[in-house]
Amino acid sequence: MSAATLDHRNRRTMLIAFGIALAMLGLGYAAVPLYDLFCRVTGFGGTTQVATEAEADLAERLAASAGGRSFSIRFDANTATDMPWTFRPVQVTDTVSIGQRDMATYTARNNSSVPVTGTATFNVEPEQAGRYFNKIQCFCFTEQTLQPGQEVRMPVLYYVDPAVLDDPNMEGVEQITLSYTFHRAKPE
Amino acid sequence: MATTAEGFDAHHDEHAHDHADHKPGFFARWFMSTNHKDIGTLYLIFAIIAGVIGGGISGLMRWELAEPGLQIMGQIVEFLGGEGTFDQQGHMWNVLITAHGLIMVFFMVMPAMIGGFGNWFVPLMIGAPDMAFPRMNNISFWLTVAGFLSLMFSAFVPGGVGLGAGTGWTVYAPLSTTGSVGPAVDFAIFSLHLAGAGSILGATNFITTIFNMRAPGMTLHKMPLFVWSVLVTAFLLLLALPVLAAAITMLLTDRNFGTTFFDPAGGGDPVLYQHLFWFFGHPEVYIMILPGFGMISQIVATFSKKPVFGYLGMAYAMVAIGVVGFIVWAHHMYTVGLDVNTKMYFTAATMVIAVPTGIKIFSWIATMWGGSIEFKSPMVWAMGFIFLFTVGGVTGVVLANGGIDDNLHDTYYVVAHFHYVLSLGAVTSMFAGWYYWFPKMFGRMHSEFLSHLQFWIFFIGVNMVFFPMHFLGLQGMARRYPDYTPAFEQWNHVASLGYVITLISVAVFFINIIYAFVAGKKAAPNYWGEGATTLEWSLSSPPPFHQFETLPVIEDHHSADDHISPAPAKA
Repeated sequence: MSAATLDHRNRRTMLIAFGIALAMLGLGYAAVPLYDLFCRVTGFGGTTQVATEAEADLAERLAASAGGRSFSIRFDANTATDMPWTFRPVQVTDTVSIGQRDMATYTARNNSSVPVTGTATFNVEPEQAGRYFNKIQCFCFTEQTLQPGQEVRMPVLYYVDPAVLDDPNMEGVEQITLSYTFHRAKPE
Repeated sequence: MATTAEGFDAHHDEHAHDHADHKPGFFARWFMSTNHKDIGTLYLIFAIIAGVIGGGISGLMRWELAEPGLQIMGQIVEFLGGEGTFDQQGHMWNVLITAHGLIMVFFMVMPAMIGGFGNWFVPLMIGAPDMAFPRMNNISFWLTVAGFLSLMFSAFVPGGVGLGAGTGWTVYAPLSTTGSVGPAVDFAIFSLHLAGAGSILGATNFITTIFNMRAPGMTLHKMPLFVWSVLVTAFLLLLALPVLAAAITMLLTDRNFGTTFFDPAGGGDPVLYQHLFWFFGHPEVYIMILPGFGMISQIVATFSKKPVFGYLGMAYAMVAIGVVGFIVWAHHMYTVGLDVNTKMYFTAATMVIAVPTGIKIFSWIATMWGGSIEFKSPMVWAMGFIFLFTVGGVTGVVLANGGIDDNLHDTYYVVAHFHYVLSLGAVTSMFAGWYYWFPKMFGRMHSEFLSHLQFWIFFIGVNMVFFPMHFLGLQGMARRYPDYTPAFEQWNHVASLGYVITLISVAVFFINIIYAFVAGKKAAPNYWGEGATTLEWSLSSPPPFHQFETLPVIEDHHSADDHISPAPAKA
């Protein structure tokens, strides 16, 4: 093998190796949207699901035929340390039949002297309940702006998917905790 | 080598007419080096310096932990110009553990194993005149040095509560983003970028060299196992480091440019950082140990005067460890809230790694079995490695269980585990390689007595440091704190005494180097005798500045274990 062909082969191998490294760098970034998608689809880490009214109607009919049990739902509210809001659930617990739509209400009050926009993160415990906890409407779907001193009621419309009855990992689970944390929204 | 290849012009550049031992001037030779042996030497010197600094930091840590309460953190903070408040003392502890971890991983083990021994012996063992890209090799080294300087600099700029980056070597968000104001963490992250870039370039260089520049007749299945280990390591680097680069670049933009990759306030998730980090971090621990596996294979075969047992199994066990190493990362994060099925998968996948690792351990033992064993110092270090690494492997299997890890996560049991495989395993293999090849690299024999002495002092010392940590961890002593309840005092005291003993062994190491250069006998080309059968033993000690101007040829009668014996006489 002459020196020129060796140089040529070396260069080709190097380019392939750099290509692999670049692809892995790209995959590292691709992990961000993929992880988000993965959590939303599988309910990983207690990520709750979003449902339409039609899906909720279907679930309600399914649940009625199954004659399912009910869950106790606990409501939890937190604020980030730099968030000047008082945020708490109106009711601490609620009992809801599987498939039954239920409305829970939180109140939030802006204690500062300037308007503050907040955005809420959320999940449920135990984590395996995430994929069965469906929200039809939620204040957490959009950013909320409160004027100084303003207090508002924030509703959540949700139901527990009847498919929960078929999941062995949900056996023995009687209470689901729905938790929110309000953060100051990041300026775009 | 019975014959050599004709017509290969190894030096088609301006040095074509130079004698093989013509060396450039001092500055050009050491600062603009393109010679794989010189760069290997530079890496080894750099790794020793970084190791002394990183080891010195662990000395401060053992000093602090020798008794309950805060001992010396206050003095260190005040020495660096801080006020020495309680919070600053805690931050100083965090800075020390961060620096210790990053230095030992990125600036001691990796440069020594891959940059040092890899650069020195991969071209020699495959019969190549140099690395494929000598100048890129030089860039890799100086990028690593620049990364080290960036990390050192970070200790002197604000990092939140006090000076320096106090994030742990994992640099978890949100501690590393909103939790650490000031430029220190930026410099630490930049240091990882530089070292990572250097390692990716180095990995590319090794892959190209090993694939394209093997001597005629040396098929992949006739390569020495050390070369196999560096090849697998290079692929792990190439696949894992870019993911770390992506993750820490996201940290940088989260810190400085208002992105929210890991900030829930903007829709991000701090746990994603942990997934990305450990997708890199787990292969990284194999990056640190695989070249050690390779060296141990060479050494055990040499001093047993037998071919290594199960050559193909040994090679593909390393490949298997590398592949499976990419799909077990979440066993580092069992406590972030994984559901039971996820934990079950990661527990099972992690335990699978014990199979190829077991193949390696048992094959080393089978190599020794029935061999004509000579207890030269590299062999003693190698056997020490096999024992210590196995202890670390057994605790690894314990920790692999998601349920048990819930109890042991972030306790000293974990610290004991990973120091048994790294501080005791990887470092012991590096000393084994050092004494195996030191005379080959520098042309002078070390003192076998001092090497044995160092081994026994080191062996007693490190076991005294780390074995008690199993007890402390099982009793619930948490990592990452400078203080502990007095109930843990006794074993901590023992561990700190063990550090002092280990320190003595390091002194013996340096005395041995001085002895070798001052009074060491000149080394013969093959000073280990009949068991040493790879190509580096066909060259003088030290090898000529440019070797293999005519390429060696691996003949049909040569096997993976023997590249230099002459052809058998025809019957």
